[in-house]
Amino acid sequence: MPWTKEEMASYTSTLFKDGSSVNLGIGLPSLVADYLDVTKNIMIHSENGVLGVEGRPLKGKASPTLINAGKETISINQSASYFDSSLSFGMIRGGHLDYCVLGGMEVDINGNLANWMIPGKKLTGMGGAMDLVNGAKNIFVLMSHFNKDGDSKIVKSTKLPLTGVGVVNEIITDLGHFKVHNGRIEVAMLADGVIYNDCKFNF
Amino acid sequence: MNSKVYSTKEEALRDIKSNSTIMSGGFGLCGIPENSIEHIATMNLTNLTVISNNIGNSGRGLVSWLKQNMIKKAICSYVGGNPDLEEKISNKEIEIELVPQGTFSEKIRAAGLGIRAFYTPTGYGTIIAEGKEVKEFDKPCILETAMHADYAIIKAQKGDPFGNLWFKETARNFSPLMAMAADLTIVEVEELVSLGEIPPEDIHLPGIFVQRIYQGSNYKNDIEFLREKE
Repeated sequence: MPWTKEEMASYTSTLFKDGSSVNLGIGLPSLVADYLDVTKNIMIHSENGVLGVEGRPLKGKASPTLINAGKETISINQSASYFDSSLSFGMIRGGHLDYCVLGGMEVDINGNLANWMIPGKKLTGMGGAMDLVNGAKNIFVLMSHFNKDGDSKIVKSTKLPLTGVGVVNEIITDLGHFKVHNGRIEVAMLADGVIYNDCKFNF
Repeated sequence: MNSKVYSTKEEALRDIKSNSTIMSGGFGLCGIPENSIEHIATMNLTNLTVISNNIGNSGRGLVSWLKQNMIKKAICSYVGGNPDLEEKISNKEIEIELVPQGTFSEKIRAAGLGIRAFYTPTGYGTIIAEGKEVKEFDKPCILETAMHADYAIIKAQKGDPFGNLWFKETARNFSPLMAMAADLTIVEVEELVSLGEIPPEDIHLPGIFVQRIYQGSNYKNDIEFLREKE
């Protein structure tokens, strides 16, 4: 059985080392926060200017000036700090952040990532994605395995406009966990009952 | 000494002209200069270049400028969440320059701090790098240049008559950077406090970067997505 979104998020949450710092992208990656083991003391970074996101505020306690990059209200932990956008991206670009988890449209065998633009479709902008993939120490892509046409989003060579060149380290899809290594995709784990051929790689 | 304190937003903002470049602080709707945005929307300005991360959002903030066709060119990092801007772009009614958010911040910071240009790995090998110089360091980087503005409109939680500022929580975002990068920085505050009331150790932006400051009013402080524990 392929993993549900919750199972993908839960699995991803186990991959972080104790005491590490993590930036979680908007959408599916943000689900990972709900499954983090609190005893691991992981610091969640949000690029709008906060390190130490705890989760959702208590009812009635939300502050309009305390949000994450998805513009959602948040609460912070006791180690938290606030900073301006330049320092925030300095943390990222300077290699101080251990992990970044973000969504994907296409990842190829060389770790090239496309996740921000489909020519001819509505333009959303790259936000901080290009900075994140060129800065954080480990880049994880969390995405559905197949696109709407049923083709694998893990491909031999990306066709869509790139977010970053050779930046992806690991990929988690509903079918399993894969590592990008020397121009190859290695299987780290497949969801229960999934076999390699189900991944429909066409390398 | 000429005071930086203006008693009304009308006086503080009156010199802003058409055809100018304006930076506006805020991430989404968090920390936006609500009073200045509202007032400038009544000043019959056109042909503006606006530098702001989202150019308004969810139909609010700078969206009022978009709706009045005041903006010729928008420089931002993210359009998602701003359907009014999406529409202007798809109808080709606005010129748009997308800049990766970290590069956007750093171009603004560099302008304020006298750095003319910098090399960054962000955007290498993407359409952002087109036409830009590439140089190999430990990895290939592209050359990005500083980004100035004629005016910056900024909101802070607290400010004193010298223009020393203190921002609340994540409302800081691009604001102190933009304040440094403009020829004329106009700040609105929720609390105009006396000199010395913000301890020097706690000042987020020294007042040397601020030319005008006024007490704002009627803040909405809109929340875009309210998330709470059940």
